[in-house]
Amino acid sequence: MAAESSSLAIASARTARQKQLVLIVSRVWAWVFLALLIAFFTASVFSTSGGSVNFLTLRNSQNILMAITPVLLMGLGQTFVIIAAGIDLSVGWVMGLASVISALVIADLVAQGMAETPAIVLGFVIGVIAAAIPGFINGVIIAKLRIPSFIVTLGMSFIARGISLLLSGGNVVIGQPPGVRAFGNESLLYLISGEGGGLYFLQRPNVTGEALQRLDRILPWPVVVTAIVVAIALFVLHKTQFGRHTYAIGGNREAALRAGVPVDRHIIMLYTLSGITCGIAGILHTARFNGGSSIAGDPLMLPSIAAVIIGGVSMFGGHGSVAGTVIGALIIAVLTTGLVMLNVQPFWQFIVVGIVVILAVLIDQARDLIIGRMESQG
Amino acid sequence: MEPMLSVRNLVKRFGGLVAVNRVSLDVYPGEVVGLVGDNAAGKSTLIKCVSGVYHAEEGEIYFEGRRVSFAAPIEARRAGIETIYQDLALAGNLDVPANIFLGREVKKRYLGGLIRTLDEDHMLRESQTVLNSLEIRFPSLTVPIDKLSGGQRQAVAIARALYWKAKFIIMDEPTNNLGVVEQRKVLELIRRLREQGVPIILISHTLPDVFAVTDRIVVMHRGRKVTEKRTAETNSQEIVQYMVGALDDTRAQLQEA
Repeated sequence: MAAESSSLAIASARTARQKQLVLIVSRVWAWVFLALLIAFFTASVFSTSGGSVNFLTLRNSQNILMAITPVLLMGLGQTFVIIAAGIDLSVGWVMGLASVISALVIADLVAQGMAETPAIVLGFVIGVIAAAIPGFINGVIIAKLRIPSFIVTLGMSFIARGISLLLSGGNVVIGQPPGVRAFGNESLLYLISGEGGGLYFLQRPNVTGEALQRLDRILPWPVVVTAIVVAIALFVLHKTQFGRHTYAIGGNREAALRAGVPVDRHIIMLYTLSGITCGIAGILHTARFNGGSSIAGDPLMLPSIAAVIIGGVSMFGGHGSVAGTVIGALIIAVLTTGLVMLNVQPFWQFIVVGIVVILAVLIDQARDLIIGRMESQG
Repeated sequence: MEPMLSVRNLVKRFGGLVAVNRVSLDVYPGEVVGLVGDNAAGKSTLIKCVSGVYHAEEGEIYFEGRRVSFAAPIEARRAGIETIYQDLALAGNLDVPANIFLGREVKKRYLGGLIRTLDEDHMLRESQTVLNSLEIRFPSLTVPIDKLSGGQRQAVAIARALYWKAKFIIMDEPTNNLGVVEQRKVLELIRRLREQGVPIILISHTLPDVFAVTDRIVVMHRGRKVTEKRTAETNSQEIVQYMVGALDDTRAQLQEA
């Protein structure tokens, strides 16, 4: 008897350990995968270029961060929406709308003689508001008229597309003052490596020639802005009542409603927030490329949803995290940058990202299956 | 003694169908009343009128001596009437404290209330206290509710009602879909709630459960209340006769009159 119960105890301790292991693996696989990707590209870029190109440089890391900012921003709003069991398919064209409107407003205000800085600030604020409005309308229709988010936001995507193309005439909106480009391309820190170099804060060092080659931008302003939005999203989703209600609505909308959660108002706020993050992505695009483009966001919409899925947000709602979406966006950016540096035909990027998306969901399902099986045995 | 809840001649129609037909019912403090009847007898409709889901066409409801007319479930709940539904109304992806405090989260305030974060520690402690008072023990309160058994989830729903100072609890089939051991635990919980003086209306198909915990049994048949018996003075054969319509006190009264 004693021997039997002690062997049972050992067995249950073993299942508990195994369960722990499965949970840890499923939680950290994305980080491990990202680390492996970086290691792989560092080694393979180094060897295929005969040692002349290094993947793991400061400059390249900043390029990767710049590349993911719009995808990540759209993904952050999407994370909240999908956790609440919805989806926002309008993000791409809403981002384009914000880019066009901000560029139009800035160009117009400067042409009318307004000083540069207030014109830029006003243009950016109006750009973000212009993106919040379709988000708000999405939310109202989804919450009050009970039309599936998939359909409402698909429709809104076309509407935003039409409006931004009408406003821009299908062209890039130009005529931006120099401050716009500076905001999109200058950075918080500058580093000149090697002799006579140093670290420069806020002010770009005035160098030319060979020293300019050694100049690196650290934390460009779009990356700083995105990092601030990530920090806010982390805080709101994981530490506040708003975040808790987002999970509750995704887990069981009826339960949330009966518990007194203001479900309709919350859903409206979620889609408005999604619009706002698209708006920020839109104005950053205007700044980076020195002009407003309606087609800026369209090719980024599916990567942004892919980032959310790779990050472990369940499409059924109720599960996911901000950190997961950040990792998902980083994986996509490292993959695409690395493949380009390996001189792989760019079209392969799509195939690889597609495989990773499906793999990510398979890993999540395998985890639930394995743990479920352990529990039914134990 | 004043009844805590008093329903007077309540009528609820759906088109031509009279779902609840002039039903009267009193529940006194500290009393568990069983509400039984076949499917479509009108039990659920009756309690939905009390809990604010439906609005009765005729009749009155008095709660704590005052006439009430709830426009929505949230109003009934604010008055202290908590309904625990069959499907529990818990968010399966959230843990125990998150569910107990759902919609009424406790917050820590910073910068004069400008920034408010969830006070997870406080909610966990309070959840532990209310579960202890019901002598419910879980291995861990911080796992998603989905990972708990049906009985444990039922316990969370009851604990939530109790924590928010429910003055009156309505339970709709609380022992459905539960294993035998779990059923017994839920009945145990109902007894403990009664000891704390909270009156309960228990809707159930499972007569042994009804007999195990109630003080009185009300039987409905086709929208009418056909009898009301003290649990100690009846037995399940007799109650079944009322449920299927073979016995009917109101018909007897009509014939006498």
